[in-house]
Amino acid sequence: MSSFIEIKDLHFSYVNDLEDPPVKTEVLKGINLNIEKGEFVAVLGHNGSGKSTLAKCINAINLPESGAVYVNGMDTLDENNLLPIREKVGMVFQNPDNQIVATIVEEDVAFALENMGVEPNEIRRRVDEALKTVGMYEYRLHAPHKLSGGQKQRVAIAGIIAMKPDCILLDEPTAMLDPHGRDEVMKTVKMLNEQGVTIVLITHYMEEAAQAQRVVVIDGGEVIMDNVPKKIFSNVETMKNLGLDVPQVTELCWELKKAGYDISTEIIHEDECVKKLYEMLK
Amino acid sequence: MIKDITIGQYFPGNSVIHRMDARIKIIMTAVFIVMLFAANSVWGLLVGIAFTILTFIISKIPGKLMLKSLKPIVPIIIFTAILNLLFIRTGKAYFEWKFLKITDEGVDTAVFMMIRIICLIVGTSLLTYTTSPIDLTDAIERLLSPLKKIKVPVHELAMMMTIALRFIPTLIEETDKIMSAQKARGADMETGSLIQKAKALIPVLIPLFVASFRHAEELALAMECRCYHGGEGRTRMKQLHMSIVDLYGSIFCVLFLAGVIVINIVV
Repeated sequence: MSSFIEIKDLHFSYVNDLEDPPVKTEVLKGINLNIEKGEFVAVLGHNGSGKSTLAKCINAINLPESGAVYVNGMDTLDENNLLPIREKVGMVFQNPDNQIVATIVEEDVAFALENMGVEPNEIRRRVDEALKTVGMYEYRLHAPHKLSGGQKQRVAIAGIIAMKPDCILLDEPTAMLDPHGRDEVMKTVKMLNEQGVTIVLITHYMEEAAQAQRVVVIDGGEVIMDNVPKKIFSNVETMKNLGLDVPQVTELCWELKKAGYDISTEIIHEDECVKKLYEMLK
Repeated sequence: MIKDITIGQYFPGNSVIHRMDARIKIIMTAVFIVMLFAANSVWGLLVGIAFTILTFIISKIPGKLMLKSLKPIVPIIIFTAILNLLFIRTGKAYFEWKFLKITDEGVDTAVFMMIRIICLIVGTSLLTYTTSPIDLTDAIERLLSPLKKIKVPVHELAMMMTIALRFIPTLIEETDKIMSAQKARGADMETGSLIQKAKALIPVLIPLFVASFRHAEELALAMECRCYHGGEGRTRMKQLHMSIVDLYGSIFCVLFLAGVIVINIVV
């Protein structure tokens, strides 16, 4: 059986036609990637590596220049597939202010469903359900601009899960939030994944990536690493050369190993590290 | 300064007027405006004033709020009154000096005009105070929907209004931020002549414009991701529906209009 999301030799360029002759910048240079249903994939890469562009290729905002993207077997190049694909694959952006359309929380969550032409009673039911899922039900009549960043982002996520998508793409959803807001959003994301929603999380925070089942590292428009987080982060030097960080605990273990201690660098979670250090000190 | 703007501000409540259908309220407001300008005698105008005061009391909107919405209009009221005083030259003269001539008709019209404008502002503010912006745009979309037949983009206009309302607080916040940022770099916005003050606003307006375009672009993307494809095949979560309250309201409004017309004919 084929994967839920299949990306085959995907090339994509941005064209700046204000210049003469138009300047073409190739951002994605032959991406091959399969994502299965129910997976939690983190995508890492420094700024300009093409990770956001890749995400926009998955829900048919960007169309491949060559190669192909299939979502649940549907080709993103076929215009008839546009709306069905966007119903299957929701996307959450970085700035919560720029993705909230309505002046009342519940109206905003209903926006996607109204676009899809769902019956009013069904919309009501699904909006309430989505708001309860992200824990924002008691705020349903509030004005979005009076909420905190983390709350706004959860409203944005509710707006997506009301569509009942199979997959959610999150493009640095926590970049503009404080630690508390980040925590709120990550908890929501993990809970959704446990309910069977496929998650593709683009992030700059290694601690968030460490919570995924699989990490894909993109550099210069190509997938250069694709593995479980432990394996990815244990290559501390490779990651640093790419301009990326590793979780703090991994770095600690790496430094200890360099200093001659017998410790694995495949440690990515805090409690794991604490346990290991405790054993060593005993 | 910016925060004083009350236009379009919704004051949540549960009065009879709050519960009325937004479409009926818009039509009633239109009828009310006709009523005010149709009244050409003292008695007719009194009916108009009575209507304004009655709806105001029923709506349970705090008087302070209403005064606040009247405040910015005061210069316009005074200006209109002066214009009427000076430029109506018919009737018996109370006072004459060189080209100035104040007549009894001029005074009458000036007073009438002032009362009309005040009633007008109170009446129309009541509409926006008692109706949520979403209901309002929804109602406008419904009321204008016959125009779709002659290719007027009614849905798009309503959508634009909703988004504009949604972004007012965001842009105010942003203006504050930019102003602070410019002040931190030594920009002086408080002192100087009017022209200097206007010039000082340029470094605020330009970043604000750039930011608005960025907001617009990202918002459009986010809307596309949520399957937005115009008004076709769209449903609404909240349906507007008329109830018995709307019937009473309409009757109430029509009675007052009829009253004004009858007074016009009789007096």
